[in-house]
Amino acid sequence: MKRWIYAGLAMVAGRRQVARSWRESGERIVPEGQPSPGAELAVMALLVCSAICAAGFVVVYAVVPLDVMTQWLGLALGGCLAFGSAAAIVFSKTLVVDEDAEEDYPEPSAEDVDEVRRIVRESGSRITRKRLLLGTTGLAGSALGAALITPAVSLGPVFDTESLYTSAWKRGKRLVDEHEVPYKAADIETGTFYTAYPEHEGTDRIDAPIVVVRLDPAELKLPPERADWAPQGILAYSKICTHAGCAIALYRKPLFAPVEPRPALVCPCHYSTFDPATAGSVIFGPAGRPLPQLPLMIDAATGELKAGGVFSGPVGPGWSGVRDGKVRFEPSGPKGVE
Amino acid sequence: MSTHEPLPDDAVAWVERRTGATPLLKKAMRYVFPDHWSFLLGEVALYSFLVLIGTGIYLALFYEDSTEKIVYHGNYAPLDGFHMSKAYASVVHLSWDVKAGLLIRQTHHWAANLFVAAIVLHLLRIFFTGAFRKPRELTYVIGLLMLMIALPEGYLGYSLVDDLLSGMGLAIGYGVALSVPFIGGNMALALWGAPFPGDPQFFSRMYIAHVFLLPIAIATLLAVHLVLVASRHHTQFKRMPSQTERKVVGSPMVPGYAPKSIGLLLAVVAVLFLLGGLVQINPIWQWGPYATAQATNAAQPDWYLGWLIGALRLVPGFDLTLGNYTLVANPFWGGALFPVVVFAIIGLYPWWERRRTGDRQTHNLLDRPRDNPRRTAFGAGLLTWVILVLFAGSADRVYVQFGFSYDAQVWIYRGLVIVAPLVVYAVTRRICRELQAADRVEIIVSAAELEAERAPGATHL
Repeated sequence: MKRWIYAGLAMVAGRRQVARSWRESGERIVPEGQPSPGAELAVMALLVCSAICAAGFVVVYAVVPLDVMTQWLGLALGGCLAFGSAAAIVFSKTLVVDEDAEEDYPEPSAEDVDEVRRIVRESGSRITRKRLLLGTTGLAGSALGAALITPAVSLGPVFDTESLYTSAWKRGKRLVDEHEVPYKAADIETGTFYTAYPEHEGTDRIDAPIVVVRLDPAELKLPPERADWAPQGILAYSKICTHAGCAIALYRKPLFAPVEPRPALVCPCHYSTFDPATAGSVIFGPAGRPLPQLPLMIDAATGELKAGGVFSGPVGPGWSGVRDGKVRFEPSGPKGVE
Repeated sequence: MSTHEPLPDDAVAWVERRTGATPLLKKAMRYVFPDHWSFLLGEVALYSFLVLIGTGIYLALFYEDSTEKIVYHGNYAPLDGFHMSKAYASVVHLSWDVKAGLLIRQTHHWAANLFVAAIVLHLLRIFFTGAFRKPRELTYVIGLLMLMIALPEGYLGYSLVDDLLSGMGLAIGYGVALSVPFIGGNMALALWGAPFPGDPQFFSRMYIAHVFLLPIAIATLLAVHLVLVASRHHTQFKRMPSQTERKVVGSPMVPGYAPKSIGLLLAVVAVLFLLGGLVQINPIWQWGPYATAQATNAAQPDWYLGWLIGALRLVPGFDLTLGNYTLVANPFWGGALFPVVVFAIIGLYPWWERRRTGDRQTHNLLDRPRDNPRRTAFGAGLLTWVILVLFAGSADRVYVQFGFSYDAQVWIYRGLVIVAPLVVYAVTRRICRELQAADRVEIIVSAAELEAERAPGATHL
């Protein structure tokens, strides 16, 4: 114990001795400043606080219940670092000299530049057809680059965009909810919307979910070829927005029809707004294509809703071939079937 | 012989003998940092990046990059028994069942926000003071590249969680990828491996990009950025007569600057851990697992992606078509072209200004914004453009909070994004010129005062 006390005293006393020995060693690099024992004490106190907080972090981790632990951990670790930061800043303000040092900005060395130029020039002095050589090197380089990039084609069906046109919906597929319970025409009420999936095809695929709404048949303005797509005024559209692929999760229902806009399907990502009465046409927002419509039919025996055919166009966001209009049924979906 | 030397001298001798690095060390220790608070913004970004790496490594030890469906059982009761992907379950588990897991996750998220914010503010400082001029164009472009990588890096970070917000973001990303002219369909299928939501491998791809490819890219660029900064030395404002185009004056790394910078480092990390512990960010358990048929406008992405949301929303609804061929699908304008144009303008600006002014000089002294009215006005106009689009991204929140018609707001923003940048340009330029004129008057007045003071002194002699 005594030895520790002596050591401590020696440390405190040593400060002055070291300062003196510096003073004797001639011209200084770092300018001189006044010692400030009070500030040293403050820095040490802050560092001790920091250490206490760090220990607190460990204690919190060990004993505090999990549901309130995050806050205490954050406080302890944040406190530890904040005290450390304060110590460093007090140190920099009080215990080191505040000097204005000067340094020259670097100047470009004309000689070095010239030498490098000469090395390059002289290294190539044996070569007579520089351009041709450079050209063939470039050729080999690009060919190598192309060869090395080729395996990236395996990432996905890069040249086969066929999968973008396929859909799990075909004539006769029953509309089911996420628990595979079939929807009946009588289940569909006006003023709200339903999400349906093709029976046995899973819910993950982008072409699977549809929105089903019921409107007054007299309000419908479908093109003549879709006259029988909405039995009893029940309409189905792809639930995936044709703008950027989010789900159409909002249904705008007028509470007071005379002054409010007509019913609309709205995407909450960028607010593309589609009119279910007019074949899913865009009435507001950034979408560039109407929602693909799915023809419906009602099973005469059970009253269940079924697809009457395939979608009127490809589902989801647009790409260069989206208007080719060839949607086909994919017999067995490799993805999304559980 | 060496027994009497105090320890540090021994260490220095050891290092010199083994590495020969003392000349470099000596230079580094006396490297001069000119003083101005705005020079710290880059450091804040650097320190946030360190926090991101540290916390990110911890998160990676718990995260599972699998979309395989499992049933969650854990401390978060509302989701207990729910079907969800392993990826989402692992993050919910980390947040609710792992000691310190939520602290580290939230700190990581806060650090990502601060990282991008600090880079953006740093960029604004560099731009408006003309610090990008010769000989620092490369440093500038590399810094901009880091920002351009930081945005997708943050996007991938919250996409990996596989909650509802992730899925919506990925759907939009898929839409933007598809919309790229000519190759969009092929590109999206290559990246996702299959039509959305893609092949299960897609999550492995995002994961490796988020924890390896993009961080390595940022770290490499960061190293080059710092080497270039040090090799060309810091720019400085002219605050003392001794500060010139040839001489940099400031605090040397040792002893003056290092403790200050360490203080800043600790302060940044302290703030991030306090935020991570006390202020909730991205409560992923509230959004629930993603399903293709679900979307909500309650979950909002991080602020630094808001400008893309706004741009996607503001574009009027049209696709550019040629017969049945879709040349440009709509999301391309706001989701791809807009950021590319903004970054291209910022990145090419140094050369454009050089061409406009014919100024080929080396510049180590910084401008005050007023010193170059056209640059400041241009920057203010560009900033107005981007910020208005960012605000447009929050129009739905404004509608929810204040009931102001969303449609009306969108039309107002569509007008504002065209008009306001021009107005801001003109006004800023005028303000800068007025300030310059006021400066000139001040200089003349103080010169006259000096004269008046000298005059009686002269009679004494």
